[in-house]
Amino acid sequence: MVNDLNWAIGGEAGDGIDSTGKIFARALSRAGRHVFTSKDFASRIRGGYTAYKVRTAVERVESVVDRLDILIALTERTIDENLDELQEGSVIIYDGEQTTMADVEVPDGMIGLEVPLNSLAEEAGGAIMRNVVALGAASEVADFPVEYLDEALVKRFGEKGEAIIANNREAARLGRDYVREETDCSHEFALETTDEDYVLLNGDEAIGMAAIAAGCRFYAGYPITPATDVMEYLTGRIEAFGGAVVQAEDELSAINMALGAARAGARAMTATSGPGIDLMNETFGLVATSETPLVIANVMRSGPSTGMPTKQEQGDLNAMLYGGHGEIPRFVLAPTTIGECFDRTVEAFNLAEKYQIPVYLTADLALAVTEQTYSPERFDMEGVEIDRGKVVEGDEVGEWLDEKGRFKAHAATEDGVSPRALPGTPDAAHMTTGLEHDELGRRTEEEDVRVEQVQKRQRKVDTARDREAFDYREFGDSDAETLVISWGSNEGAMREALGMLDDRGIDVRFLSVPYIYPRPDLTDEVEAAEDVIVVECNATGQFADLIEHDTLSRVQRVTKYTGVRFKADELADEIEGAIAGERAPQEVKR
Amino acid sequence: MSSDTHFTDFKSDKQPTWCPGCGDFGTMNGMMKALAETGNDPDNTFVVAGIGCSGKIGTYMHSYALHGVHGRALPVGTGVKLANPDLEVMVAGGDGDGYSIGVGHFIHAVRRNIDITYVVMDNRIYGLTKGQASPTSRQGFETSTSPDGTVEPPVNPQALALAAGGTFIAQSFSSDSQRHTELVKQAIEHDGFGFVNVYSPCVTFNDVDTYDYFRDAIVNLDETDHDPTNYQSARDKIMDPSTEHIGILYQNEESVPFSDREGIDANMADIPDGAPERADRLVREFY
Repeated sequence: MVNDLNWAIGGEAGDGIDSTGKIFARALSRAGRHVFTSKDFASRIRGGYTAYKVRTAVERVESVVDRLDILIALTERTIDENLDELQEGSVIIYDGEQTTMADVEVPDGMIGLEVPLNSLAEEAGGAIMRNVVALGAASEVADFPVEYLDEALVKRFGEKGEAIIANNREAARLGRDYVREETDCSHEFALETTDEDYVLLNGDEAIGMAAIAAGCRFYAGYPITPATDVMEYLTGRIEAFGGAVVQAEDELSAINMALGAARAGARAMTATSGPGIDLMNETFGLVATSETPLVIANVMRSGPSTGMPTKQEQGDLNAMLYGGHGEIPRFVLAPTTIGECFDRTVEAFNLAEKYQIPVYLTADLALAVTEQTYSPERFDMEGVEIDRGKVVEGDEVGEWLDEKGRFKAHAATEDGVSPRALPGTPDAAHMTTGLEHDELGRRTEEEDVRVEQVQKRQRKVDTARDREAFDYREFGDSDAETLVISWGSNEGAMREALGMLDDRGIDVRFLSVPYIYPRPDLTDEVEAAEDVIVVECNATGQFADLIEHDTLSRVQRVTKYTGVRFKADELADEIEGAIAGERAPQEVKR
Repeated sequence: MSSDTHFTDFKSDKQPTWCPGCGDFGTMNGMMKALAETGNDPDNTFVVAGIGCSGKIGTYMHSYALHGVHGRALPVGTGVKLANPDLEVMVAGGDGDGYSIGVGHFIHAVRRNIDITYVVMDNRIYGLTKGQASPTSRQGFETSTSPDGTVEPPVNPQALALAAGGTFIAQSFSSDSQRHTELVKQAIEHDGFGFVNVYSPCVTFNDVDTYDYFRDAIVNLDETDHDPTNYQSARDKIMDPSTEHIGILYQNEESVPFSDREGIDANMADIPDGAPERADRLVREFY
């Protein structure tokens, strides 16, 4: 019996694909099963092709694989789009009564399961419930008790009243009964349930939740895929904690509003994606040189320009590290799992205030918009620590006044971090500016002061390196000759690939790096290895460049820029090929 | 706030580098007096300045202040005010800052009706870059970048503000110190976005919109039958840009600022040492 199931529902945008998939994912989660989801979606409101995919197992799952066991196809194109993943024995559920689906040809070896979704939905109370009928049918195929859908249906339709919920429950049961009674679908799935208690969330939601936990009270943003979920999460929640969300007129305004709130003393953030980062670069330098603590979440999508807005890429690393004219330090954190989005977000707010510096918190699309199950204890609110850095008030202000009683907001201290007086603090009124400034925050072009301030700002990085643990996480065989390094969401697929490589007799040491700047020095690790392979979702290998720069060695690059995240089995093949020296420049699979 | 604040408390020890006779001196003095006379002091005041001659005001005044990037002063002021409603927020800029590069933010700040004061030092010229046409320059104005005269008609800032739902729209003149101070005071006291455009002549690069020109041309609305709460009358005055009015053009006494509509009243700088109480429920939402 197969207990590790890959399931999908696909159709056109506007067909309710996303919410249907989420109902199933949540039902599995409530049944004590682990879930990992992914989405194929397009930047359009209606039409096209969109799919929501669920991988579920009793054990933790960390990635997607190249296999689909059950597919609910609302359109013929859904089948075509998934031919690579469908295989012998895969079950395709479709409504043969629909004229658009009447001529569907089920590929050889696969099981076509015709279910009159529309008719059954009408029987339950309305054609709008056809997706729920399909959920019931798919649950029966997977031998998953349809009762687990009930709670998820309440969560989805709770606001619409008892009658709607009852109709949907009925629709699910009609789908189940149809498969049970009217078809002879023999299958080998049996989804075991457990007593485990899981929550299901995506990276954007983890970032939003962590922001509230970390004391963020002000968010300004402009809607942009795939970062909008952060804003939507905070809206309606942050207010209960005394905060506010402002939808700005553009990204230029969003970052300036967040900057203003941060200067007023609030923990503030904005979130955006590539095109928004370009606009925010204008003010980024001001944030950095005025030494204002600010968290900027960049949920990366495929670029350049408008690029592929709903597709995966890790192409903004250089833009975050080097964006903006002139030279100014900034921190760049890149969580590698949905769970870690929580930890690094809390850390980003602390780092921003401790070092009075802008912090880029970057998640790639694959991390941001896909859901994964976790134990609720994973998100430990008791463990959240807040460090506001060198905020001064009362008598402390006196220590930082010059001989004329003026507050030195940019005092050139030994550790590079200046005292911070929040507006309203008596006797500490001061200005700051995007012009080069002296310790008082007032314009200067004096050479000595310029050099002092540049060095002072740079010194904050050295201080942070001393005080913080910017470390990597290690997996696999620590003595292996092959070293794989990656950043961002590739960690999950790579961890699964380790197991596959192990089965092939290939030992690999794997380092997953969540800190881009400052980052751990990997010189020793690289020198100890025979083959060094850097895995990332971009064309040129931007992180590989950094590793080469740091370690003065050459590395191999496994890159992918098709717009689709790495799958575990694909990555295992790529690593094996790279070790054998067979890896050609990337071929795009069709 | 202390009641014994004198306007000179808002003066920094930095001497302005504005040209002798620049309108910005009078504009700034009026702002400082208005702040002092409305019971503010430097420790509870936040000044946001844009780029240009006007942008230097953050340096010459003493308060909490940010001198930002070109055209984005209003969003900064918005963030400051929403994060800490106890602060008196004064945003200052020029005609290029507010009506050219920042005109998008201007319209949206007006529309949001944030409870801040916006003073625009309008000299109808780019001064700091040494004399190019600005968005309020008269059509046909000859400058280094428009040797044959500008082609575009000037923007009408008050009309933009009115169309965007402005709730306090005023015009003052930097050398009419008393009236200017009074208008800025009323803008500060207004519940919502207090917008004051100030004729603030550039004595170096603008030989058309001079002190003499304004003294001759100005019509004081106080000496007319204009009622600023009368929208029709306001619209008629505003849509007559050939007349240089000073005074309150429009005031909506029903104005409800953004923060009141959104229920924002706490100082967001005050946060607990750990995750806030009830944060656990955020995790449970994901069941």
